[in-house]
Amino acid sequence: MASVFKEEDQFEPVTGSYKLLPFRFSRLDDKRYVAVNECGEHQVLRPLDLETFVRGKLSPHVEHYTLLKAKHFLSDSSSQIGPDLLTLKVRTKRDRIANFTSLHMFVVTLRCNHSCLYCQVSRQSEDRIAFDMTEEMADRALDFTFKSPSPAIKIEFQGGESLLNFPLIRHIVLAAETRNLTEKRDLAFVIATNLSPVTDEILEFCREHNIYLSTSLDGPEDLHNGNRPNPTRDSYAVTIEGINRARAILGEDKISALMTTTKASLPRITEIVDEYVKQGFHGIFLRNLSPYGFAIKTRYYGQYDSEEWLSFYRKGLDYIIELNKQGIRFSEYYTALILRKMLTPYGTGFVNLQSPAGVGIAGIIFNYNGEVYPSDEARMKAEMGDKVFCMGHLLKNTYEDIMLSPALLTPLEESIPESAPMCEECAFLPYCGADPDYHYATQGDFLGHKALSGFCKKNMGVFRYIIRKLADDPDARRILESWVAW
Amino acid sequence: MLSLSSNGIAALANVTEEGSVVRRLAEAGAGAGWRPDCEYLVIRDNESIPPTGFRGYFYFARPSHQPPSNSFLLDSSLNYLQAGDVVRLTPSRNALRTLYRKNSPHNFFLMTERCNHYCLMCSQPPKPNDDSYLVDEILNIIPLIDPATRSIGLTGGEPTIVGQRFIDVCQSLKTFLPSTAVHVLSNGRTFKDLNFAKSLAELAHPDLMVGIPLYSHLSSRHDYVVQSAGAYDETIRGIINLKSVGVRVEVRVVIHKLTYEGLAALADFLRRNLTFCDQVVLMGLEMTGFTKFNLEKLWIDPKDYQPYLRTAVERLAEAKMPVWIYNHQLCVLDPALIPFSRRSISDWKNEYMPECNGCSRTGECGGFFSSAKRRYSDHITPFTN
Repeated sequence: MASVFKEEDQFEPVTGSYKLLPFRFSRLDDKRYVAVNECGEHQVLRPLDLETFVRGKLSPHVEHYTLLKAKHFLSDSSSQIGPDLLTLKVRTKRDRIANFTSLHMFVVTLRCNHSCLYCQVSRQSEDRIAFDMTEEMADRALDFTFKSPSPAIKIEFQGGESLLNFPLIRHIVLAAETRNLTEKRDLAFVIATNLSPVTDEILEFCREHNIYLSTSLDGPEDLHNGNRPNPTRDSYAVTIEGINRARAILGEDKISALMTTTKASLPRITEIVDEYVKQGFHGIFLRNLSPYGFAIKTRYYGQYDSEEWLSFYRKGLDYIIELNKQGIRFSEYYTALILRKMLTPYGTGFVNLQSPAGVGIAGIIFNYNGEVYPSDEARMKAEMGDKVFCMGHLLKNTYEDIMLSPALLTPLEESIPESAPMCEECAFLPYCGADPDYHYATQGDFLGHKALSGFCKKNMGVFRYIIRKLADDPDARRILESWVAW
Repeated sequence: MLSLSSNGIAALANVTEEGSVVRRLAEAGAGAGWRPDCEYLVIRDNESIPPTGFRGYFYFARPSHQPPSNSFLLDSSLNYLQAGDVVRLTPSRNALRTLYRKNSPHNFFLMTERCNHYCLMCSQPPKPNDDSYLVDEILNIIPLIDPATRSIGLTGGEPTIVGQRFIDVCQSLKTFLPSTAVHVLSNGRTFKDLNFAKSLAELAHPDLMVGIPLYSHLSSRHDYVVQSAGAYDETIRGIINLKSVGVRVEVRVVIHKLTYEGLAALADFLRRNLTFCDQVVLMGLEMTGFTKFNLEKLWIDPKDYQPYLRTAVERLAEAKMPVWIYNHQLCVLDPALIPFSRRSISDWKNEYMPECNGCSRTGECGGFFSSAKRRYSDHITPFTN
């Protein structure tokens, strides 16, 4: 009876029968390469192994043959299904493009009571007429929002200090909910605020309408107060008090915080993380300064370069992983969203890591004055006098005019990474994206020369560091995997 | 273990049934007379005079009166039979086989014994003969089944190898049993033909799932386990096709010496490539059929593969893929895996071993296949508290 069964070697691939499936490779560090395929699966290889593999000489009996085969870097005589699975995975990865715009940002006012050194746009003005969005404009913006085919619509209120125009926020929330009775989208609201104007009445409204709050917390008290001065010199105390009140009324998970890295932050990463842990947050988004708005005018942006920020990021990630090893569940959100690109079949909605660029597609912003911009950064650029990204005006142009305007399409077309010099051959392309705003601000064109690009340097540094952590430290790997949203 | 068939039934009167016939059972006061033209009345005492009008009568005690035509005496091993059950009766061979038990959650129909796999651990070794009468019989059984039945399984052999007739059976299940879940055990290869997958999808059965085995992330290992070159590609294409037309798919993995080491890699493969599958089931080995011949190639004590199983389960659960463990005893499972364990062995072949005496948790334990007597874990220990 046993003889009717065949032995395993009869099913194994013929040595040397494999074909390469599409992938790119780049240097990971002095000793290794990393190969990445179109759907973001990666394999770290020593130079000799990479060369043997590419030359068609890899033996089916070595471990990385089976790893490369399971990740569809090769297709051999025993299986040809790889290209079909790759196709499926690429479609899954890019699924979001078909859904189109989800994030709609409303600049309800430019007025602000803080004068943050890195701030991008706000005005110390009491002039409501000049710098507040009107109800009529908000209604037109809602018309526009519900033209998006996306099944999920997120409305984010921006400023200035958005809560200085709370009556308009209330109007927009109620109007959007009414429309959604028939639209039936997955509708969500977020208010970006420094929390200083927050009252129990506002928080009750947020609770009733399931609104999330997003605030800024730069770190320990002296750092936060230094970065984010307000007239009473107590912005830290105001923020913490606001966070606690918000949590008491809305619940723990309804408020998140963002930090911005200034030169003063650079030596203080562990204190910044500790502050977030102390305040009961479960993660932090380590964010570098952007070259827009007042940050450029005040020369704030140039205070540190990508290399300095990367060193800050690496120290931060190491420290956070260490905290996790001690049993504190805490994640770094930028890493987490890149991990989602690396370790799951799915993409992310993060605007700055999309191809084509996420600006205008993944997110869009309605300025207080009715002008429509593809991103927060683009409207800041406009506040500085350059309206190159202005897609149109809510009162003057149709949805079609605005979404098909050259101010959107040209930056999108010119910045596609798959056809950009250096990007098209970069292993990290499937994790990366186009940032036409950044490259226009720093180099004067939408594509940018990547050898000179701080965006490129920063992200390559982040990708390399994450892949090395995954490859070299099994404990860190388990921790990083636990951060991934599936 | 319940005895599902008997060759010892005895005719007590003249017989008008020809060949093999499918009949439903009735009992006094329990649905009797529903469709008496195809029903047999079960009579458990030897005195009552049976009402007329039934197709026939099954006695468990020799009657004291002259019974009507088509009366049979059944042996006591069949006395679990009750109203609503469906049997195949072959008077010429004194044979009766239970085809459906109303009170069992585990009713499966064997569609064919033919198969295009020859799995090393097959519990139902394939036979090449023409057995198309099996589908004819299933189409006769379905209208007799209680519409309140929770679930029906279709198995084989490879149940889809009969082609359009498989679709016909699914259509009949939908027509007669619209609220009964249907679970198909298939190797998925036939669905490599997108049109076949579509013809199943177009039935729009409200609750149908196809359970498809995948034994490795690597084609050569899967093909070796199922003893068929090219099986891996066709199975995966079948899964993709089914999901692309909206048919629910369960991935099934039997754990043995050839699959346990690859469980984590298989879990990674599933969560990266086939996350859209509806659930994954990781199953213990059944000691029957070909497994007996390949025991040395296949046997590993379940205690010894727990770390591998745990990693696989955790990785699937992390990716939000529903995952279950079938056919495992609680006392050998890693305690972290107990929430994933399901009692899944068909009631008629589910047993416990002598070591289980005094165990306080048999009620929640997966238990053993009755065939497990041949070989089971050295680590069976009763829970006592």
